[in-house]
Amino acid sequence: MSEALLEVENLRVSFPTPRGPVEVVKGIGFSLGRERLGIVGESGSGKSMTGRAILRLIRSPGRQTADRLNFDGIDLERQSETAMRAIRGARISMIMQDPKFSLNPVMTIGEQIAEAVQAHRRMPRRALRQRVKEMLEAVRIDDAERVARLFPHEVSGGMGQRIMIAMMLIPEPDLLIADEPTSALDVSVQAQVLDLIDDLIRHRGMGLLLISHDLDLVARYCDRILVMKDGRVVESCVADELRNATHPYTRGLLAAVPRLDEDRDELPVLDRSIA
Amino acid sequence: MSALKLDDLDVSYGETRVTHGVTLDIAEGESFALVGESGSGKSTVLKAIAGLAPEWTGSIAALGRPRSHGIDPAFARQCQMVFQDPYGSLHPRKTVDATLSEPLRIHGIGGETERVERVMAAVGLDRRFRFRFPHQLSGGQRQRVAIARALMLEPKILLLDEPTSALDVSVQAEILNLLKRLRREQNLTFLLVAHNLPVVSFLCDRLAVMRRGRVVEVATTSQLKHDDLVDPYSRELATLSRPTAPSVTEPSS
Amino acid sequence: MTTATLRDWLLDDSPASRAQARLGSAYRATLGLLRNPLAVVGALIIIALVLIALFAPVIAGDPLAQDLPNRLKPPSAAHWMGTDELGRDIYARIVYGTRITLEIVLLVAILAAPLGLVLGAVAGYFGGWIDRLLMGLTDIFLSMPKLILALALTAALGPGIEHAIIAIAIASWPGYARIARAETLTIRRTEYIAAVQLQGASSVRVIWSHVLPLLTSSLIIRVTLDMAGIILTAAGLGFIGLGAQPPAPEWGAMISRGRSFILDQWWVATMPGFAIVIVSLGFCFLGDGLRDVLDPKAGGRR
Repeated sequence: MSEALLEVENLRVSFPTPRGPVEVVKGIGFSLGRERLGIVGESGSGKSMTGRAILRLIRSPGRQTADRLNFDGIDLERQSETAMRAIRGARISMIMQDPKFSLNPVMTIGEQIAEAVQAHRRMPRRALRQRVKEMLEAVRIDDAERVARLFPHEVSGGMGQRIMIAMMLIPEPDLLIADEPTSALDVSVQAQVLDLIDDLIRHRGMGLLLISHDLDLVARYCDRILVMKDGRVVESCVADELRNATHPYTRGLLAAVPRLDEDRDELPVLDRSIA
Repeated sequence: MSALKLDDLDVSYGETRVTHGVTLDIAEGESFALVGESGSGKSTVLKAIAGLAPEWTGSIAALGRPRSHGIDPAFARQCQMVFQDPYGSLHPRKTVDATLSEPLRIHGIGGETERVERVMAAVGLDRRFRFRFPHQLSGGQRQRVAIARALMLEPKILLLDEPTSALDVSVQAEILNLLKRLRREQNLTFLLVAHNLPVVSFLCDRLAVMRRGRVVEVATTSQLKHDDLVDPYSRELATLSRPTAPSVTEPSS
Repeated sequence: MTTATLRDWLLDDSPASRAQARLGSAYRATLGLLRNPLAVVGALIIIALVLIALFAPVIAGDPLAQDLPNRLKPPSAAHWMGTDELGRDIYARIVYGTRITLEIVLLVAILAAPLGLVLGAVAGYFGGWIDRLLMGLTDIFLSMPKLILALALTAALGPGIEHAIIAIAIASWPGYARIARAETLTIRRTEYIAAVQLQGASSVRVIWSHVLPLLTSSLIIRVTLDMAGIILTAAGLGFIGLGAQPPAPEWGAMISRGRSFILDQWWVATMPGFAIVIVSLGFCFLGDGLRDVLDPKAGGRR
């Protein structure tokens, strides 16, 4: 196993409510090397909050604490906001569900990528245009020059996500956190985008933290899986061994998903009292 | 008798023609799926049947009677719809009770309290939810309210627009079970729009695959399960829904 | 304790009746409002305004009693805010002036808001030529500055507070119509509206029972925030001599009179000025607080 890129120990995230503070992440821990780790859970499991907490994106009035939150030797808990800003995007990148909300609607795609490149390293205009073209081609967008002139609302969801990936790769980060990157996409496009992410991760030796509600997806694209429920990790296993999962919640989830060759008259329903 | 008969249905939004010559015949008591990716026109067909997309040519008939283009109160009692987004399909300022009694009031049907309670029980909603507002309900509970609302007028046909795609896996299982049970108990006809083929396998008898506004294949679910689809696009869609490593996610017993 | 059980009843997660559900919602909204200090200040100012108007005869003397030997006297124990150019007690005039202010603000709201609401909702819901016609009408009124329009109308109708109220209402309804229309455009595309149309509801029913209730929040917020502007417009009209006529203690007219003495007898003009500022601020704070609590987009309904 590769040496740990990210080490998390006793991470807690809480939010104040009229009835007192509520913990949405209840002291989870894991380590991640240059490998692909999937966090699976339903809504309310705390999986997205975990992703955000790693990047210290939990804003007041939410609070996060951890005994250990180390990235490549850097203690993320102790970094100032300025230092975190330097890390976010440059060393740890995040892509989210809907590119519609992440891309600037009033700038063309080429302009946005160029802006991202310029933030990292200044270069003359011709070299910049060439770099934008390279980045688009790296995410398998063929007609790069035409696409660069389009606005975000003129491209499909799948292409929007690939553009987000392109922008995210420019500063060459070490770790990618992908929070439901394909949930808003069609099945056929999902596969394309995930294959692309997979390819890029392997080529650049990056670590991947894939957060999703889709068990099949995570089993297919990750090396290891963590299953979260109600803010805790209930299962941790190797992706290939998912079917031998022991925790009743995981087994319940696996059983509740309909199959293509479904022949059951009734789907087994999760017993919510399982702790 | 056929429950729903579509003949050469062309639906347009302004200048653009979204579906081309859709022809389908759904029998009474059948559970039929319209499958396709975004842009295939499947939701548009449903909306046209429901009367929410008034620009169409061709014919739409429910239980033998053709429907008009606009709002059709008689049609409303034959055919109702369950929408996709549990967070957007309930009026935020109306309690569950108000939402469920509305169709009764529109058609002048009395006995509100007992009907509301009866349907709530049928969809598995406890009585104590009756005067809650939508924001006080979970996604699954809201979807049950949406299903209850569709059943208030005792229709024979239910149109379902991806009723579980916005729900968690465990909640989806409950709602799918509920739909299956209701159909059996009330001998309903389902027309379900879905992009998720396993859901179709569980809930439906037949399906039509749509692509770019056209029906490319009509098949039985049995054909889907046994990899017996004919059209190459349909086969491709089915392959994408099959886990690559065959039993990676099938729990070993 | 009955208060404790009342609170529990209102906050009950599973109300047993429509009334309980609605009262519970209102109670939660009020609690939310009370958490906002500025909103509380605003609410207190408005409550004070109403109480002063109601109890004017009890807390102040005669606003019309002239006392020429005592004209233009500075604030003292006898006259808390001094006297004006005719020896009238300014404090009493300000207190009775609250009645005029409240009258203006309430009548304008009652006349303009429902009119704008319904016209805007109808325009937004039906679209097409109805929309174009109604919005064209709205645009005609909107293209003229409020004060000028109010001026022109009062000049045409003649001076007097009733005419001023009508004029301001006519100048205000287009703004509300625009807001109602914009929101209706979004609402009419929602699935819950589609669902009720599918049930066979008539357009009247959909607009009255489903669209209008969703518009009331924005409208309440908008009207409350506008109150400040309405007060100022009325004051402006009073200042010019249209609107409330002498000897009525309308604050704008009082400022106008006090203009001539502003350097030596500053209290004649500034006291009513303070009153206008305080009341306008009160409405603004309250309106802002209401927006935080009622506007679903600002996370109010959670």
